Amino acid sequence: MDKRLINWFRFASPQAFYPLAGRMIPWFWALSAVFGIAGLYVGFLVAPTDAQQGEGYRIIFLHVPASWMSMFIYLVMAFWAGLGLAFNFRLSGMMATALAPTGALFAFLSLWTGALWGKPMWGTWWVWDARLTSELILLFLYVGFIALQSAIDDPRRADKAGAILALVGVVNIPIIYFSVKWWNTLHQGSSVSLTKSPSMAMTMLIGMLLCALACWMYAIAVALMRVRTIMLERERHTEWVREELGAKAKEQ
Amino acid sequence: MKTRHKRIALIIGGLAVLGLVVALVLNAFQSNLVFFFSPTQVAAGEAPKGKSFRIGGLVKEGTIKREADGVTLRFVMTDTERDMIVAYKGILPDLFKEGKGAVAQGKLGEDGVFVASEVLAKHDENYMPPEATKALGDAQQRAAANKAAVEATAKTVKQ
Amino acid sequence: MYWNSFSEFLAMGTHGIYVWGSVGVMALLMVLEPVLLVRGQKSLVARLKRQFRAEKTERSTQSQR
Repeated sequence: MDKRLINWFRFASPQAFYPLAGRMIPWFWALSAVFGIAGLYVGFLVAPTDAQQGEGYRIIFLHVPASWMSMFIYLVMAFWAGLGLAFNFRLSGMMATALAPTGALFAFLSLWTGALWGKPMWGTWWVWDARLTSELILLFLYVGFIALQSAIDDPRRADKAGAILALVGVVNIPIIYFSVKWWNTLHQGSSVSLTKSPSMAMTMLIGMLLCALACWMYAIAVALMRVRTIMLERERHTEWVREELGAKAKEQ
Repeated sequence: MKTRHKRIALIIGGLAVLGLVVALVLNAFQSNLVFFFSPTQVAAGEAPKGKSFRIGGLVKEGTIKREADGVTLRFVMTDTERDMIVAYKGILPDLFKEGKGAVAQGKLGEDGVFVASEVLAKHDENYMPPEATKALGDAQQRAAANKAAVEATAKTVKQ
Repeated sequence: MYWNSFSEFLAMGTHGIYVWGSVGVMALLMVLEPVLLVRGQKSLVARLKRQFRAEKTERSTQSQR
């Protein structure tokens, strides 16, 4: 009997997911480019100036998507890590590992664009208020996750250790999100949230959401690229990797 | 020492450094959970005495003045209940304006004047073009005028 | 179109360096990450292929003996 028929989670197995991911990557790149060009066009060329902040507010079209992604990727990473811990799927640990560097990148970009926005508007690059500090902790969590995993040779044990760190760190996400509500911060409240109508002009909002979609597609494309490399590396002793790289065909 | 032991020592060392960094950041986090005090809180004695702290509120309209020395700036910060006089020498951010939010760090002097060493602007989460802000302001003014007119009419009717 | 001239667009009011500093770094890193990933994947594939070939020749020489 074909093994694949028994496998319920067909695409959860690396040998099935590897070619599928390869086919999906170009599509996510295309979507990311389309959304990105549209978002930057609206944000930087069409959207009007802001009454309070002048043109400097346009950093919002980068800052908010980067911040959203830094939080969202962490949740997805923790989800995969937890799934791996609970059910021992080979793929889930690899997904978590693949997402971490991209999450760290967005956390860094959130802090970077925030500093460049804070200097002219607030008058400072950095303050230790609850929002900024908790976002910095998020960056440390990503870096800690990556460092911990790379320090452990055995992938399965690395996955376990990373998963525990990732799951503990999830507490930080609601802290970041609600920090501006729970405590006094220099950082202003959310302009867009589920509970109230957005406090932005429509054109600005559309530009920001398009940029956020572009970052989302980018993150998926990049994570898929990285997970493919991780798959080959970790499963290099298996038969399917030989088949995939064409070694097997020549052999026979 | 075996390689495995070395590796374990490295991991433990790394985790210790990471833990220390997180502890330091959490410490900063905790001591800044109350990032600023409002003038009312300061009047109620909630702010730390004799230590540097931050006050936050609105810059009261028409109160920004330069002192005789030409460098020191004096203005009133308010949370609409209580006022507080702030003295400051230094650069102000672009968004520091009368009627807008600000956060000042410094010490409360004996004379009740808050001597600031740093002034930051705090803006709100609304983003809209100037025309929209103006339209909104006009609408509010019209609404206020209408309300006043209605109240005045009501009064005359009662009389 | 919101802008009257290209120089006005570059100036971003008075906040040109801040806006373009954000755009520049974000664009740079978001280009760099996939480029590094493609290079990493290529070098890994090349390494594994070399390894598999070496194993194959090793085996075939063994079987000839």
